[in-house]
Amino acid sequence: MAADRGRGRLVAGAGLVGLFAAGTLLAPWLAPADPTQVPASLTQMMLRPPGPGSLFGTDALGRDLLSRVLHGGRVSLAIGIGVEAVAAAIGVSLGLLAGYYGGWRDGALMRFTDVVMAFPSLILAIGLIAVFERPGLDKVAVVLVALGWTTIARVVRGEVLSVKEREYVQAARALGTPDVLLMARHVLPNVAGPVIVTATIGVGSNMVAEAGLSFLGLGAQAPTISWGSMLAEGQTFLASAPWVAVFPGLALMLAVLGVNLLGDGLRDRLDPRFRRG
Amino acid sequence: MPGQLTSPYLVADLAEPALRRCLALAPVLFGVSLLVFALTAVALGDPARAMLGQRGDPELVQQIRREYALDAPLHVRYLTWMGRLLQGDLGTSYHQQRPVAEVIAERLPATARLALAATAAAVALGVLAGIAAALRPGSLLDHLLMTTAVIGISTPVFWLGMMLSLLFAVWLGWLPVSGYGDGAWANLVLPALTLGAIHTGTIARLARSSLLEVVRQEYVQTARAKGLGEAWVIGKHALRNALIPVVTVIGIGLADLLVGAPLTETVFAWPGLGRMLVAAVGQRDLPVVMGAVLVFAVIYVGANLLVDLACMTIDPRIRRRGR
Repeated sequence: MAADRGRGRLVAGAGLVGLFAAGTLLAPWLAPADPTQVPASLTQMMLRPPGPGSLFGTDALGRDLLSRVLHGGRVSLAIGIGVEAVAAAIGVSLGLLAGYYGGWRDGALMRFTDVVMAFPSLILAIGLIAVFERPGLDKVAVVLVALGWTTIARVVRGEVLSVKEREYVQAARALGTPDVLLMARHVLPNVAGPVIVTATIGVGSNMVAEAGLSFLGLGAQAPTISWGSMLAEGQTFLASAPWVAVFPGLALMLAVLGVNLLGDGLRDRLDPRFRRG
Repeated sequence: MPGQLTSPYLVADLAEPALRRCLALAPVLFGVSLLVFALTAVALGDPARAMLGQRGDPELVQQIRREYALDAPLHVRYLTWMGRLLQGDLGTSYHQQRPVAEVIAERLPATARLALAATAAAVALGVLAGIAAALRPGSLLDHLLMTTAVIGISTPVFWLGMMLSLLFAVWLGWLPVSGYGDGAWANLVLPALTLGAIHTGTIARLARSSLLEVVRQEYVQTARAKGLGEAWVIGKHALRNALIPVVTVIGIGLADLLVGAPLTETVFAWPGLGRMLVAAVGQRDLPVVMGAVLVFAVIYVGANLLVDLACMTIDPRIRRRGR
């Protein structure tokens, strides 16, 4: 029963993520119109409800919403995965070092992550973005990396602490295996599962954070298309043209739901603590 | 249980771990202050110039530089800043030309009201949904509720807010679209449901699994065997123990509430701290930004401490784990 549910989640999550990835990657070919092109006949084309001409309707500048939703997913995908990849690399390296060597390195890492985690993440992200002269997607990426590595570092550190006491690791060390090799061959494979799970869930959080910051005007700036900034436009026309807000939000929700289901499913499969549950 | 809470043994038993937990916070708070100080220093550059502009009266610029110890070494500057902070001086807003502490104090009640209402809504709806699902595990209702919970957790809070507003305010006309409405209850409903949504889903899932765990325990079986009615068994015996983990999550969920505050308050034009923070970033009113970030962090750390202490009081196992 539990295994079925885990597999169900994995399949549903993978399906949604696959659909989302395919849609955004193939956006230039799938999109029926140019997402940035303002039509010449603007007054006739603006805020058209969903219909045969444009499946999702048009926005206030007469641009095709379906095309914009497809293209907007590229920002979400790039920030979600790109930020997490960099954050995970930093988190794994620092977590390995701290867990393996212990001592002051471990103390320093733990105290630093304590401090970063003492802030509600979006609030600290907003504070960090304020330091820059001008907001933008590049700053969002930098800030999300700066905040995103801490969870993975702690997860890795915890795993390393337990792995390094195991007999086979002790034995390899006694045989004089160099530290780098020891970590790469015996420690890293053991922490891979939890890291993959944490990073998958991190992809979803990054996507939501990017959309939130862009919605607040602190992320993607025009002409970059992001679901978050599309939602900010949509709010203006919520009463008269709700479709402008409905479709980008639906896309964001389904994409994040897919990533979360995938993370849940992977956790059931990879993390022994959740395997019996 | 209530009898135990007043027992002198418990107070003695609690004092040490509680004190230890408080002391552990000192380095965290020190770190938080260092980080905000560093951000302020980097962001402001020269506050004297920032306050008075490039053509400010040189004498006034000098005076401000002296006051803020701007020419002094970094540690002296930090201590000066910290000294002012401890007296409640968060600096002066560029935009409004009045103390930041005053600006924040004005906005704090609206955010607190929203956060409390969101917590109440999340606990009420989440626990009810959790019980309903757990009473008939595997039923259609169970699947429906738990699917809704998962979707609720994955839905971005600001989009959910817009959709609730579209449904209940624009289409049905039952509730106001946005605004504080001079504190009217009707204005509070949609923002509270929105902000509490992530939380509601988490609580529902936890309440369900926790209750299912508890009903398998022997004492519940015994209660049933004694011939007690199902409502009595669940309400009196099972629920009480099932809710302990829920209490923990209520506290942890406060993080979600604070994270969601800027977004929810922006969607509903709610005059709270979160919306003020976003506006201040737009106006580049950096003293207000850093003041708000600091206040959010202190509230967050304080709330987490309270939750830990509450858990220690409820569950003796947690108390002993600290040793």
